[in-house]
Amino acid sequence: MENASIAVPPSGGGAFLRTVDSASLSHQLPHEKLAWMLRKMCETRYFEEKAEELYTRGLVHGTMHLSIGMEASPIGSIGALEPDDLIIHHHRGHGHTIAKGADIAIMMGEFLGKEPGYCRGRGGSMHIADMQGGNFGATGIVGGGIPIAVGIGLALHMRRSSQVLLSFFGDGTTNEGAFHEALNLASIWKLPIVFICDNNKYGMSMDVHQVMNIEYISERAASYGIPGVSIDGNDVLTVYQVIGEAIARARAGEGPMLVENLTYRWRGHSKSDRNLYRTQEEIAEWMERCPIKRFKQLLVTEHIMDEVEVEDIDLQAKETIDQSAEEAVLMPEPSPENMEDEVYAP
Amino acid sequence: MSDQKTREITYLEAVREAMVQEMRSDPDVFLMGEDIGVYGGAFGVSQGMLDEFGPERIRETPISEEAIAGAATGAAMMGMRPIIEIMFMDFLTLAMDQLANQAAKIRFMFGGQTSVPLVCRAPAGSGTGAAAQHCQSLEAWLVHAPGIKVVAPSTPYDAKGLLVTSIRDNNPVFFMEHKLLYRTKGQVPEDLYSIPFGQAEVKRPGRDLTVIAYSNMVVRALEAAEILAVENIEIEVVDLRTLKPLDEATLIASVCKTGRVLIVHEAPLTGGFGGELAALIAGGEAFDFLDAPIRRLAGLDIPIPYNRTLERATVPQVEDIVAAARILAKEGK
Ligand SMILES: Cc1ncc(C[n+]2csc(CCOP(=O)(O)OP(=O)(O)O)c2C)c(N)n1
Ligand SMILES: [Mg+2]
Repeated sequence: MENASIAVPPSGGGAFLRTVDSASLSHQLPHEKLAWMLRKMCETRYFEEKAEELYTRGLVHGTMHLSIGMEASPIGSIGALEPDDLIIHHHRGHGHTIAKGADIAIMMGEFLGKEPGYCRGRGGSMHIADMQGGNFGATGIVGGGIPIAVGIGLALHMRRSSQVLLSFFGDGTTNEGAFHEALNLASIWKLPIVFICDNNKYGMSMDVHQVMNIEYISERAASYGIPGVSIDGNDVLTVYQVIGEAIARARAGEGPMLVENLTYRWRGHSKSDRNLYRTQEEIAEWMERCPIKRFKQLLVTEHIMDEVEVEDIDLQAKETIDQSAEEAVLMPEPSPENMEDEVYAP
Repeated sequence: MSDQKTREITYLEAVREAMVQEMRSDPDVFLMGEDIGVYGGAFGVSQGMLDEFGPERIRETPISEEAIAGAATGAAMMGMRPIIEIMFMDFLTLAMDQLANQAAKIRFMFGGQTSVPLVCRAPAGSGTGAAAQHCQSLEAWLVHAPGIKVVAPSTPYDAKGLLVTSIRDNNPVFFMEHKLLYRTKGQVPEDLYSIPFGQAEVKRPGRDLTVIAYSNMVVRALEAAEILAVENIEIEVVDLRTLKPLDEATLIASVCKTGRVLIVHEAPLTGGFGGELAALIAGGEAFDFLDAPIRRLAGLDIPIPYNRTLERATVPQVEDIVAAARILAKEGK
């Protein structure tokens, strides 16, 4: 008897990939917008380099997750929001917080566990939130923020708000049950959320393709009946454009979407690691695709900015970070007194 | 209170009435859960609410406990006042990340920038033959998560008043509803009223020994008290009503008065809330007043069995309380 052949659907292929002509897009966007993107990407990069430095100097008690090499995703995505829109993100969230307009000194203060920090030193790197700025914070539980995103989206929906929420998480996170439950719920209730997966190829040491038999995480959207798309997450304008479309869709009441930003983290998973799960060649190859370098090149090649302007923005970002760090180091420590009074709201 | 109109209703109706009246007066309150719409919830608590409030506020969900608890957390951070019904307290384990790691901690972790005013209701306890995965009393899990308040009313009157307080509270509140209490009846005012948290109630005064209980064990302790009264043993029944916050003063005062204390709960003995109460009594001013060791009567350290006889033997029954109290009343004399 002939072997019954089982039809295996082609896994993704290029069908889920979306490309954007960022060169022409760069001419359509206001100069300030492009300058803002470059500045925020540089601030994120310098913030994290400073974080590393402070860490090495023994000034940081706790852990951190650096997103160096991934800056285009948070900045491009959040750059497409209106100021009163909302975000919720995850442990690798410095870029998201900076892009949402955090005061860098206060953020650095939180990183150092200081009283004037965003969470009064109770949260640290992994839990920075800026509620007033519409930033519902980072979580240390992989996937924990996604069901909460559904609740935020639900409140927006029930109040007929025109605000939109971006919910960020990593590739490894999409194997958590919380991801599945939350996307399904957001889909059936048509909530104004854009789910953004920062796929940096690894969950800690685990290669994404060892833990899922699909090419693109955006394929998962199909099972919730929402659109899914994967993009070059190291190109800030591609991110800006595609997330912008998803935001417009969500704002128009058409429900959520899943966007996968393909990117890569240069540093180890947390603090540092020995990179035993990947090759130096792979890291070097991705460093060539540095989102900041690429964006600078594009701006210059397209004559949007000259090199002087580009480097000026870069320098300003560095100065902002240096100043913020100096301020933060001098901030007062929180006191353990009355700590228990803060567990419950009055 | 005296001029308010009261009438006899069930515990279940009291829970529903609290939700309905709060939803009428506060548009931010809504109910979320599995099969809470036309079906009325697994135990019928939300029956009829869909007709009055519609599917927007009687919001049915997929079978996704973690997403339900997370959705409540997020909505609460936005200033809504969600009530979620988890079909059985046992299924809390699926929602536990959101409750214990998120809802409970977000306020503190974010330095007080936000609060999470949600209520999670769930039917608890054994006695229905639903066996190991539908009969648990997991309150000790919740009191162990700072940031959550835990409420366990034993009467229809307390259920309504405490649920109103739970809904208005600005924190995550777990509201424990014992299945066997649902059909019990009591006088309940028609109007809205609230009972403050952290106020235990002496449900029956007595001179010989104190029984500390909550939820359905209060009902059993009161029955035991009737039986013991015939033997001239007068037990004082203290109903905690809220485990967190805990009214230490009332229970300490009672123990100081009687000199003997029996702590009763349905949850397994080991790691149960009774251990906490015992430590509290032993470590405070009541210690000097004790005429006998602190005794605990609790569920066996086993999963709840299916068989009726086995099930009864697993958790304290009226006769167990009677027997334990009888012995304790004479201990040290
Ligand atoms: C529930 C849970 N499981 C495991 C961990 C440990 N952990 C922290 S981050 C991480 C990897 C997450 O991978 P991914 O979602 O790809 O995000 P990335 O770190 O790559 O940004 C793991 C396993 C955790 N914090 N929470
Ligand atoms: Mg990853």
